[in-house]
Amino acid sequence: MAQALQRAMRDAMAEDPTVHVMGEDVGTLGGVFRVTDGLAKEFGEDRCTDTPLAEAGILGAAVGMAMYGLRPVVEMQFDAFAYPAFEQLISHVAKMRNRTRGAMPMPIVIRVPYGGGIGGVEHHSDSSEAYYMATPGLHVVTPATVEDAYGLLRAAIASDDPVVFLEPKRLYWSKSDWSPEAPAPVEPIGKAVVRRRGTGATLITYGPSVPVCLEAAEAAQAEGWDLEVVDLRSLVPFDDETVSASVRRTGRAVVVHESTGFGGPGAEIAARVTERCFHHLEAPVLRVAGFDIPYPPPMLERHHLPGVDRVLDAVARLQWEAGS
Amino acid sequence: MDSLQQRSSTVQEPPGAISDYRPTPPPAWQPRTDPAPLLPDTEPLRVLGTDAVADADPALLLRLYAELIRGRRYNTQATALTKQGRLAVYPSTTGQEAGEIAAALALEERDWLFPSYRDTLAAVARGLDPVQALTLLRGDWHTGYDPHEHRIAPLCTPLATQLPHAVGLAHAARLKGDDVVALAMVGDGGTSEGDFHEALNFAAVWQAPVVFFVQNNGFAISVPLAKQTAAPSLAHKAVGYGMPGRLVDGNDAVAVHQVLTEAVARARRGGGPTLVEAITYRIDAHTNADDATRYRAAGEVETWRAHDPILILERELTERGLLDEDGKRAAAEAAETMAADLRERMNADPVLDPMDLFSHVYAEQTTQLREQAAQLRAELEAEGEA
Repeated sequence: MAQALQRAMRDAMAEDPTVHVMGEDVGTLGGVFRVTDGLAKEFGEDRCTDTPLAEAGILGAAVGMAMYGLRPVVEMQFDAFAYPAFEQLISHVAKMRNRTRGAMPMPIVIRVPYGGGIGGVEHHSDSSEAYYMATPGLHVVTPATVEDAYGLLRAAIASDDPVVFLEPKRLYWSKSDWSPEAPAPVEPIGKAVVRRRGTGATLITYGPSVPVCLEAAEAAQAEGWDLEVVDLRSLVPFDDETVSASVRRTGRAVVVHESTGFGGPGAEIAARVTERCFHHLEAPVLRVAGFDIPYPPPMLERHHLPGVDRVLDAVARLQWEAGS
Repeated sequence: MDSLQQRSSTVQEPPGAISDYRPTPPPAWQPRTDPAPLLPDTEPLRVLGTDAVADADPALLLRLYAELIRGRRYNTQATALTKQGRLAVYPSTTGQEAGEIAAALALEERDWLFPSYRDTLAAVARGLDPVQALTLLRGDWHTGYDPHEHRIAPLCTPLATQLPHAVGLAHAARLKGDDVVALAMVGDGGTSEGDFHEALNFAAVWQAPVVFFVQNNGFAISVPLAKQTAAPSLAHKAVGYGMPGRLVDGNDAVAVHQVLTEAVARARRGGGPTLVEAITYRIDAHTNADDATRYRAAGEVETWRAHDPILILERELTERGLLDEDGKRAAAEAAETMAADLRERMNADPVLDPMDLFSHVYAEQTTQLREQAAQLRAELEAEGEA
């Protein structure tokens, strides 16, 4: 996946001279996850810039660059390192189009490696998507596959609106048949996709929890449960259509993510599904989320992260056979 | 036991016994930049009332005078409009007109201004329609103008957050090969914010063509400078970033114009950023909602009234025979015409379209926003029929 993301930036930079990559360590080092590897060498330090270590400054400068017609792609290195930039993100990046009645769009991509499962120490594993989702003016996107990593990042860079692009850290090393040389589809932002067809219940998920849900769906087959898996890809805008259509088919739904449950993305998603599909539901919409705790130390993170068993338990709680 | 002994006997002595250790001196250190040229003068630069004023261009002096008179009238008119409920709030710059105006006039047309919420006068001095400059404060749409038209960024309410924008814009302009300079304005309180630090640091590292202009008016709402910073002066902060700091009398329009013109020229020729601190005073309260008598003495205000930017310029112009009663009357009448026009246009109720609430959140409305727009439209139609 890291290579697909790198290729997406490289192709965008080659096609459009206004695309600039910037952040701490993105130049000579190629990023701590090597996602920007080679870009400084190929496009020069003016196009792929090692900035001072200051997230508010990075994003604030990107705002000014966007005002002058550039398309900055900003790397925040780690989820919890993005917090100093929140004021710039919320007060300016998200609102500038609105404040200026369309005169000053902000075509900025904020790349945030997020989530746990890689044994990162404190402040390196947060799932911060709910904060971004609660801010009008931002798109919030997260790929789960190598193909989407390329396609969605290309779409994010092409977007005239700011996009918070959440990269699931533990999927950086995931592989697929996708080749950087093969033509790759550029996905429009805002479309969910059904990753697995099923009839018994819908698992609604995104990012790092997609492989978990696909694995759970395979395991559930042994129990005679035929699960559908919907990968949201985009949290904002939210694809009500695909999600509702799936839940109406299956009549049952579980939202799965590793972010905290209370006030988390699942709360919004479950509410939306209930509002739209109430008469089709055979059971309440359940959530399988991380616990409502600060991200735990790496030695305990496997207890916190929703795994296959926890997903299957939830599916069982959907009262599989009426009356049982 | 045998094996333990055997193992201990195989422990190697480290190369070179500890007694032979000689510390190696660290690599020689020296400052990367000579700090002396970056330090501000001990006294703020003054031109008016000194011999240096002889070099000032009479046309510039007269222009500054007319603009200052107009700016003062703008402040009193806008303050009056708050009392009539026509403006939600107005942060006055009475007493600070020299800094606002002389700084804005130091820019070329292609340059950019990054104002804070208090810097309406700078925007107006740059040619912005006085009514458009007030839409934010009136409660109409946040930015009543197209920022690209006058190259004025939206008036910025969060403190110092517009400073990194100025750096980014100036940097982008330089990358594109345009000789554009950004002037970023901030108050003394704003210098305590993290964004002030990050903007100055970025600007210096990138050698971006930016001028940071701090108007030190003594108070951040009610908190005096002594409780804001322990620095010798705000201009001294520049040396920590590797850029020159300059101190200027903020009530001396000619001195402000001179210092800013030099800093802008330096930025334009690739010399990098400058931090300018203008020493001034806010004669009015923070805004109309503030009671300044709670935190400052009347005597202090009176001292500053005697150093009024209009008075000291007027004295100079009169002594040099450049201004007589007719000239004063002409400037006052021009200001009065502006105020009457402002009053009249601000007295008309703005017409806002509620459907615009959804127009500029995203380039294209999301499904969710289209649904909400339909809901509001239905509500408006029901209201219309009721």
